[in-house]
Amino acid sequence: MKKDIILCGVGGQGILSIATIIGEAATEAGINLKQAEVHGMSQRGGDVQSNLRLSDQPIWSDQIPTGKVDVIISMEPMEALRYVGYLAKDGVIVTSSKTFVNIPNYPVEQDLREELAALPNVQLDIEEIAKDLGNPRGANMVLLGMAAPYIGILSVEQLRKAVSVVFARKGEAVVEANLKAFDRGVECR
Amino acid sequence: MAKKLLLGDEAIALGAIRAGLSGVYAYPGTPSTEITEYIQNSKEAKEAGIRSRWCTNEKTAMEAALGMSYCGKRALVCMKHVGMNVCADAFVNSAITGANGGLVVLAADDPSMHSSQNEQDSRFYAKFAMVPTFEPSNQQEAFEMVKSAFELSEQLKEPVVLRVVTRLAHSRAAVEDAPGIAQNSLDPATENAHWVLLPGNARRNYLDLISKQSAMAEAAGNSPYNCVTEIGEGGKKVGVIACGIAYNYVREVLDNNALSDSYKILKVSQYPLPEAKVRELAATCDEILVVEDGQPVVEEDVLKYLDTAYPVKGRLTGDLPRTGELNPDNVGAAFGFCNAPAYDKAKNLAGRPPQLCQGCGHRDVYAALGEVIKEYENPRVFGDIGCYTLGALPPFKALASCVDMGASITMAKGAADAGLWPSLAVIGDSTFTHSGMTGLLDAVNDGSNITVIISDNLTTGMTGGQDSAGTSKYEAICTGLGVDPAHVRVVVPLPKNMPEITQIIRDEIAYDGVSVIIPRRECIQVAARHARERKAAADKQ
Repeated sequence: MKKDIILCGVGGQGILSIATIIGEAATEAGINLKQAEVHGMSQRGGDVQSNLRLSDQPIWSDQIPTGKVDVIISMEPMEALRYVGYLAKDGVIVTSSKTFVNIPNYPVEQDLREELAALPNVQLDIEEIAKDLGNPRGANMVLLGMAAPYIGILSVEQLRKAVSVVFARKGEAVVEANLKAFDRGVECR
Repeated sequence: MAKKLLLGDEAIALGAIRAGLSGVYAYPGTPSTEITEYIQNSKEAKEAGIRSRWCTNEKTAMEAALGMSYCGKRALVCMKHVGMNVCADAFVNSAITGANGGLVVLAADDPSMHSSQNEQDSRFYAKFAMVPTFEPSNQQEAFEMVKSAFELSEQLKEPVVLRVVTRLAHSRAAVEDAPGIAQNSLDPATENAHWVLLPGNARRNYLDLISKQSAMAEAAGNSPYNCVTEIGEGGKKVGVIACGIAYNYVREVLDNNALSDSYKILKVSQYPLPEAKVRELAATCDEILVVEDGQPVVEEDVLKYLDTAYPVKGRLTGDLPRTGELNPDNVGAAFGFCNAPAYDKAKNLAGRPPQLCQGCGHRDVYAALGEVIKEYENPRVFGDIGCYTLGALPPFKALASCVDMGASITMAKGAADAGLWPSLAVIGDSTFTHSGMTGLLDAVNDGSNITVIISDNLTTGMTGGQDSAGTSKYEAICTGLGVDPAHVRVVVPLPKNMPEITQIIRDEIAYDGVSVIIPRRECIQVAARHARERKAAADKQ
């Protein structure tokens, strides 16, 4: 079994934390993983993405081939569309529905929504949910919760445990808040 | 041993710590930065007393590493590919002096220029200096090769290059740790004739270096890193030379497609390119495809080794793209396998280029500059390497150039020499100490009519906020180099100070000579990090 994932968003939205948690869960489960990250200049307000490959077989390439991505996990709807060319026929997009407009030529929102709606997708306003939970910085954990059932090769429970492990050093309150965000994502799907 | 999830860079760092490293020397540069950071943050490295502070530039790093090697200890010097240009003098000559303790030069190349100005291939540098190169294909190999590289360096008494590319440097995978070995003890070299490169000595050393070439070739020829794998049966016999990370793309393609031909893959991860293995591959195959990330270094060598009629494919023939990094798609296409997209490219999509952070001091600098320079008929602002290069993009569109570390000051000087006025330079604090100071001295000595803006955010921002070598020393450096103290002006780049800043820029443009304006305000990312650290420290108490 394999699962090829693209994590994407805008620099600063916290996609690397999602990657860290999936990485922790995979290591704990003894699943092979390769995760190519973006560092440097592209972090600043620009588009960021990470190719994350999980498999019980050896993984060769750090990059996922065209048409082979099983899940696009995106913190921003237009950023999800950027990688549609990589999506497998039976793949799925799990994305925040909230646009992040920091460029003058951002597409017309209605057109963007229609295009996204025509693709296999799951959307939630994760920022709103995180705010409701009193944890606005936990939007990425809501997204991870939404995506968790699609990751498949790792169970929701394994991912949930990894959330506690990764945030453990920040104290119990932070762990609890992030678990709550994660759980809400799982439920809301 | 335990498995750890590590970036390629981190695997190299851990490999170096395990291999008895005594010091790492580096200037931050994407994608190499995380190697030194890992060592700086490692408790084990601290306990072992491994020296790891950032250097002012790659040349000072290379020379200090050579000094440590001179003393018999193992030294690692890390840089991005263009850093090899900065340290080239020291690097090439270190092959002439030779090494004493193991000396490994890590060059992180950036094919596709994700964060760079060119895609030069550091394997050329190693070939030019006539020293061996290791090129890992994955994180585990990266970890292990550091030790191999140190051992080979001490065996040959020569520096050894370790080359990685962005995709390996910044990709994470599980690495199996190994027990470490002790550091070498202090044992400085004694043969002065070998280390004093007067022509008489250098000529002798150069002959010595040439005589070591056969040992380097033998080491690569027998290297377990250069192995042959056969996949598929029947059909045409296709030879493949897969260098470093390219091996992964080749396997990705050949392991996931139905094959009608048979493939014999020579994986090359240690150089010089083993000539006998290439000839043998050619003799047992109908054609050869060379797959390498970066420039066609190996492809050119293969062409040299084989009969001109032998079919060799690669980047030079267009079977692989001439520029840019490899990926499973373009490598697949070179084998005749096409990965078709399942969905059309999105229509409602716009580019989202990186931007200066909201609240960044560089923004205020460009806002002020933009306001002032439109008052002149033919102004030019020469830029430099750092976050502030983004001032070239909208909304600022302020920069006339960005070439290499430090070039803003010297290009502004040359332009002023040519008669351009006003001629301005924008350079960051870390870039200024890296390579801007000498250019400023030239300008002072020539009395050039330039205005230099050292946009000081108290850090090396673009690579993630590393310490900047000159922090708190900029006014002293500029006046020490001879800039009139009355024309070294410090301002705080904030919107409320706009009238003061714009007036100072006007005044200094009007001044006929070298003036330096230092807008100083901490990088907001680093300031936020410092605030978090202070809070964490307070919470602990």
